[in-house]
Parts: sequence; structure tokens; C-alpha cells
Amino acid sequence: MLKIDINGQARALDIDDDTPVLWLVRDVLGLTGTKFGCGMGLCGACTVRVDGTAVRSCITPVSDVVGKRVTTIERLDRDRVGRALQRAWLDLEVVQCGYCQSGQLMQAAALLAGNPAPDDDAIDAAMSGNLCRCGTYPRIRAGIHAAARALADGKEG
Amino acid sequence: MDRDTALPGFAPADHAADHAAEHGTDHLAANAPASRARRRFLTGATLAGGSLVLGFSLDAAARPAASAPPAEADFAPDAFLRIAPDGTVTMTMPYVEMGQGTYTSIPMLLAEELEVDLARVRVEHAPPDDARYANPLLGFQVTGGSTTIRAAFEPMRRAGASARRMLVGAAAARWGVAPDSCRAEHGAVLHPPSGRRLAYGALLAEAARQPLPDSVALKPASAFRLIGTPARRLDTPAKVNGTALYGIDARPPGLRVAALMQAPAIGGRLRGVDPAPALAMRGVSQVVVLDDCVAVVAAHMGAARKGLAALRPDWDDGPNAGLDSAAIWRDMAAASARGGVKARDDGDVDAALAGAAQRLDAVYQLPFLIHAAMEPLNCTVDVRADACEVWVGTQVLTRARAAAAEASGLPVERVTVHNHLLGGGFGRRLEIDSVALAVRIARQVKGPLKVVWSREEDIRHDMYRPAFHDVVRGGLDADGRVVAWHHRITGSSVIRRWAPPLYRDGLDPEVIDGADRPPYALASVRVEYQNHEPPLPTAFWRGVGPTHNLFVVESFIDELAVLAGRDPLRFRLDQAPDPRARAVLERAAAEAGWGQPLPARAGRGVALGFAFGSWIAMVCEVEVASDGSVRARRVTTAVDCGVVVNPDTVRAQIEGGAIFGLSAALHGQATVRDGRIEQSNFHDAPVLRMNELPRFSTHLLPSEAAPGGVGEPGTAIVAPALANAVRAATGVRTRRLPLDRAALAQA
Repeated sequence: MLKIDINGQARALDIDDDTPVLWLVRDVLGLTGTKFGCGMGLCGACTVRVDGTAVRSCITPVSDVVGKRVTTIERLDRDRVGRALQRAWLDLEVVQCGYCQSGQLMQAAALLAGNPAPDDDAIDAAMSGNLCRCGTYPRIRAGIHAAARALADGKEG
Repeated sequence: MDRDTALPGFAPADHAADHAAEHGTDHLAANAPASRARRRFLTGATLAGGSLVLGFSLDAAARPAASAPPAEADFAPDAFLRIAPDGTVTMTMPYVEMGQGTYTSIPMLLAEELEVDLARVRVEHAPPDDARYANPLLGFQVTGGSTTIRAAFEPMRRAGASARRMLVGAAAARWGVAPDSCRAEHGAVLHPPSGRRLAYGALLAEAARQPLPDSVALKPASAFRLIGTPARRLDTPAKVNGTALYGIDARPPGLRVAALMQAPAIGGRLRGVDPAPALAMRGVSQVVVLDDCVAVVAAHMGAARKGLAALRPDWDDGPNAGLDSAAIWRDMAAASARGGVKARDDGDVDAALAGAAQRLDAVYQLPFLIHAAMEPLNCTVDVRADACEVWVGTQVLTRARAAAAEASGLPVERVTVHNHLLGGGFGRRLEIDSVALAVRIARQVKGPLKVVWSREEDIRHDMYRPAFHDVVRGGLDADGRVVAWHHRITGSSVIRRWAPPLYRDGLDPEVIDGADRPPYALASVRVEYQNHEPPLPTAFWRGVGPTHNLFVVESFIDELAVLAGRDPLRFRLDQAPDPRARAVLERAAAEAGWGQPLPARAGRGVALGFAFGSWIAMVCEVEVASDGSVRARRVTTAVDCGVVVNPDTVRAQIEGGAIFGLSAALHGQATVRDGRIEQSNFHDAPVLRMNELPRFSTHLLPSEAAPGGVGEPGTAIVAPALANAVRAATGVRTRRLPLDRAALAQA
């Protein structure tokens, strides 16, 4: 039995310890907000946070997250950074097909948690591993700036 | 219904029986569906479960309704529009949402004339039914080709106006006043002289008894209150909290999942495979062996993928063993040399070329392209003895159902398809090969099965944007004007397979779209097409015909400008007769600072096109590094897409489309070796990332022309603008995509 904290819930799981976290989350726990895109850590659609750090769940075995806290898109609204990002995504109409956006938002949340006022270069450095085929990048960048400003102004909380 | 709560505003309308039962109208479900042949616009109105239910035709050409209310037998149970006592308006959406904003812009059209707030409109996915939900521009139930707004612009407004007329009539009758003295706003009817007001919800029963309007006047553009304003997208909230459901998220009870591997060579076969190594894995329950594919069934995809990786299938590479890209290009060149079917032949091209002061011949080659939507192909299927249920995101719902029926051996009436949001379409989800294969696998499995393509399978078994080999000849007179233009296209016709009736006498309208009418005053023009089908399966790809043809036309006109020693912008302006063409060119050039100096190895290129009913001009500014890598720095676009429904969505589509096209122009190709597609995942099929992003500036020109499509022009126009900019920066002309870094490296 592997003991993992997922979205604040302690779980004991009978699963091979090399199973990628992505499939544990999606297929075993039914948290389908985290998406499959490439299976090789190349696109970022599967991004979750492990103890706050953004990781690619498609190439992270469950053995790597034993005893750690895994957070998925379904819990993004539990902190003010997540809520500020969701608000900005709505205000700026960032989303098109939306399939990559769970990963984009989780990556952006990890960025803002560590750097509350990133410039374009810092955003590009953090976000360039997250692909989007619809081409929402300009608005993702603008959305991160908008969320950072809202947080600095104390507008979200 | 759990999806109701999971996805506010997007309840699935799965099939007529559900729908009717929910509203106490199940007796209607047995009635014949509204027939397109009847072609009456409003097909019926009734009260069902307290709601006013209106059926209408999607075809703008439909005749106005007969003045008498329809016989009950005429009524379509799957109405397009339902107004509930609480004022909520629910529309059955025949088009699909794949990121283009349809689930917002179509409700805007309805709400504009119905005079309700957009937030009160809910959308349900339509079930498969060509009789009721055919796209009037394409003849069946399909979302694609940037047709949706063009197809829906009039019928959706007429539906809203007709319903409003009946509600106003009901209120006027109750008050004993003339309908003309009343008006509607925010979901209510007002009688200004007396100050009386009644919400729509209080008028439903009386409205249902109103005569169906013969004809309704639509608002002039100047009176639009919603159309043309940036509206909040209705599908966004569920897409930022993980609750939006795509096909890949379907989880019917008892679900198992499968990973698959198809024959690696195109057209290859499976000789055999030992299932034991997979069956030994924890969680794996079954190995399905077909003649071209093996699939591993498990409790979760981690186990299925691990089981699949343990297998050592014995493949027969089949008829394409040894095939490579060089052979495909040689075959296309040979086909081109045989001539072509004339799509157009105006003036005497041969004489004009013979008499030209200057001549230029060029060969352009465009590669096969991969779709790689972010949501890999997937399909969930439950095949039972007497029925088949399918969960998928598709642009062609009725075709998906027909494919499932054929593959399951069941009659089409026994197949139910639940459509979902699409994690990108780009043309790939206009095909149903994945549905057919998933059903073939699921037939071997008891209970519902979700088949998910790996990214590698999705890329290696894509259906590719066709490659093209185009030969162009041009001639200039002594004044530098184009007197001869001869363009011969050679490549696959997707239409020939996908919509055979449109392929006539060796020509198809899509493959020449963007080539047959260059936007310039050309003294003589010949455009030809030589159909040549490669061994690879081909399919539509974002921008379809114009994506290929605008690259050739706008590159070659640029070559002629250079040959004439003219500024490429001036050269186009002088020879483009349409004022809308000149307006977009002038605006894009002005906003881009055309003519202002740039550093060495930087340059600007311009391109102009008419695509999907929209005029578009783009100026791209690039810098080319000494190693030959190209970076697009700025992209400035001017668009005249006629009446703009949602300007925010138009900008998003133009810029997103350009990013899609930039990925292809810089990196995109599918190449073949040993009968296999060489690319496999995003490391060897790269797409643009955020750090490669240009600065965008997009300008919508005010226009009262009929609305044009906006999903694809941005994709089509960016490659020639980029290649022309590279020429300006380096002097090197690109006639073959993707851009060749080695050719652009500084000597």
C-alpha cells in the first residue's frame, strides 16, 4: 500500500509503484481535470503540483510522491494565487479549446507562488514547457501579469 | 445527470427519447422528424412541461412558415429552442465547440433578436441527425471549414426574432393593445404607454398559441446590441477548474481502458503476437488482437501502456515497405509533368508568357502536415448484443454514428453517440477512422472500453494535410505588370474521398481554393489541378485549400515584385482592384511600420488573401540568426471579415490561427522512411512554444459585408508573410516548407 496525499486527502493505494501519477489521478481516482498530452513530459498538459512544485505527472511514478502532497487543477481555487489566475483567465478570455489549460494554470500557479511579479522573460522561462495548439500563449502571458497585479493589489483572497 | 452539474450550461442532449421524457412530451418522440424537404423556417411551437418549445430550420433558404399552426404530427420533438418559465433559454447546438467560441457566438445571434441576456442562454450538444442539424453550407451535420458563423448568421437570428414576435403577440393580446405598441427587452415584453411589463416566462402558454410568423424583419447592423461586442465565453468557467468534459474524460460505469499499437508501416498487418507478457502485468485483463492492431485492456492506462510496451508484435510491413519521402516527391513531380485539369483559363497565357518582358518559373513544395491536437485521439465504446454506445468529441456526429454502426454490425438506430467538447479539432476530428477502430477493439471486450491513442500513435497514424507540388509560371510586361499567371497544383484531393459529389471532372473546389482567384488584376490566368493520391491517408487541416494556395500565390507574387524591382507592398496595392483588399493591405502596412529601417538579417514580409469569406493582410517581421534559425518578432494583421459577431473571439482566432501556421512554417512536416512516419512526439514534431512568440497586433476593419470565417485565414496567411520576410532579411527565397535552416545560415 502506497500512502499519498492527493488534494488534501490521505490515500492508501494498491497500485504498482512505477505507475505514472497521471493515470492514478485520472483513471483510479477519477480526477479528469489533469490531461494526457504526450506521455513524455514534452507538453505540460498533465502538470500537477507536488509539495508546491509543478511536475509532469505523466512521467512521475507514484513512488516519487509517497508521503508528499499532490495537488491537481480541481483544487486550484483553494488558494488566492489559484483564484487570481482563474479570474484573470476569465477576464481576458484566455481559453480556446481548453484542453491544455489545466496544465497551464497549474504551471502558472507554481510560478506565481515563487515569483509574485514575473516579467515576460520569467514567464517564458516557466511556461515554455506547456504547449497549446490553439495559440493562446499571448493571453496566457497577459493572464499571468494580470493575476500578479491583482494579487499585489490585494484584490484576491 | 452528473454532466449537468460538472459542466454548467452544457447539458448533453443525448437522444430524443431522453429529451422528450424529461419534458413530458414522449408521445411526440414517435412522430416523424421535421424534414429538410419541407423547408419551412419555423417548424412548430408547443408548450411542453411548462416550457415554450420552438423548432426551426437551420437553412436560411427555408420558406417562411405557413400561417396556420402546424398539426401536432408535424412537430419536431428535438426542438432547437426552449424557453422555460424562469426565463432560461436552452438551444440545441448543432455545431461543436473546439475552442473557436461557437458555444458563445451562436447564442449571441439568437439572444440578439430574442432580446434576452446572453447569460440566460444555455447550450445542449445536439444528437446525431442530418435531417435536423445539417450545416446548410455543407449539407450534413458538420462543424468545419470556418463555416459556422456564415451558416448560422441568418437562421439563428430569424429563430430569435420569430420567438420574440410570438411572445410580444401574446402580451399584446393579453393587454388588448396593438403588438406594434409593445417592445421586448431583457427577456420581457413592455408596453411603454401604460408602463406594463411581463416576463417571457409568464407568457409561454399564450405564445404557444400565437400564429407562427410568416416572416420577420431582422435588425439592421446599426441596431445590434450584442453582435459586435466582446462577449464573455460561456464555456470558459468549466475550462479553468478541471470540470470541462472532453471525449477522453468519459467514464461510464464499469469502464476499462485500452492502449493500442497499430502496424507501424502504412497499410501494414499484424502477423501475430504473444499476449503473455502483457497478461502477466498487474491490472491487465485482456489483449485484443486485430489484423492491423493490438490493444491491451486494463483497469487504468498506466497498466495498459506498460502491458503494451511488453509486447513484441510481429508486423508485416505490407505494400509500403521501403517507401520513403523522396519517392513520394518523385511521383508527384512526375504526375505534375503530365499536365492538369483546367480550373480556369482566361486570356492567352502561353502567348502572354512568350511576349513577356520578364519571365519567372518556380516550383513550390509543401509537406505533409500533422494535426497533433492537444487531446490525443480517443473513443469510448460499449458494444452490447443489441446496442452500441459511443462517447467521443467529433466534428461529424452523424458520420461517427454511421462508422460505429458499420464496425459493430448493428443498425444505425441502435447506436447512440454522446458528443463532448473537443480538445482541438483542426480537421482531424472531421474523420471517423478512430471511432471505427475503437469499436472494432471494443467488440472483443465485455463492458465499456475507452481506447486512448498514445501521442506516438496519434502522430504516426494521423491522416495528413496533403503534400503539394506546385509549378508556377509568371510574366511581366515592360512596366512591371503581371501579364501571365500559370499555376499547376499537384497533390491529394481530400474532397474526393470525404465528399465525393463535390469532386467533378478531376477538380475539387477545396484544393484550388485560394489559387483560382488571385486578388490581382492579371491579364491572363490559367489554374490547373492534377489529382495525385499518395500512399499516405490525407485529411483536411486548419486552413485547408487556402493554407496551401496562399503560400504559393503570395510567395510567387512577391517573387514577381522582386523581379520587377518593386516594393512588394506597392506592387500588390497597384494590382489589387478590390477596395477591401487594398484597405487591409494599407492598414496592416501602416500599423507594422512598413518601410521603416531594420537591422541586418531582419526583414518584413507582407501577404494578402481572401479566404473563407474574409479579407486578410499580414505583415510579418523576422530576424534570421547566423545559424539560420528564424524568429518571427512581430505579426501585424488587418482583417475585414464582414460583420463581426464577437470581436474578442475574432482576435483570438486570427492570432491563434497564425501561431498554428507559424508552427507549421517553421517546423511542420511528416516524412516517411521504410513505410513509416518518422515523427512521433513533440520532440521531433515541434510546435511553437511561448518563448518563440512574436508580438501580435490585430486590427478588425469595420464592415457591413456578410460575415466571413475567421478560424482559418490567420493560419493560411502567416506562412507566405513569414517566407517573404525571410527573403527580405536574407535574400533567400523559400519555395519549400518548412523553412530550411541550413539554407538560411550565414555563409
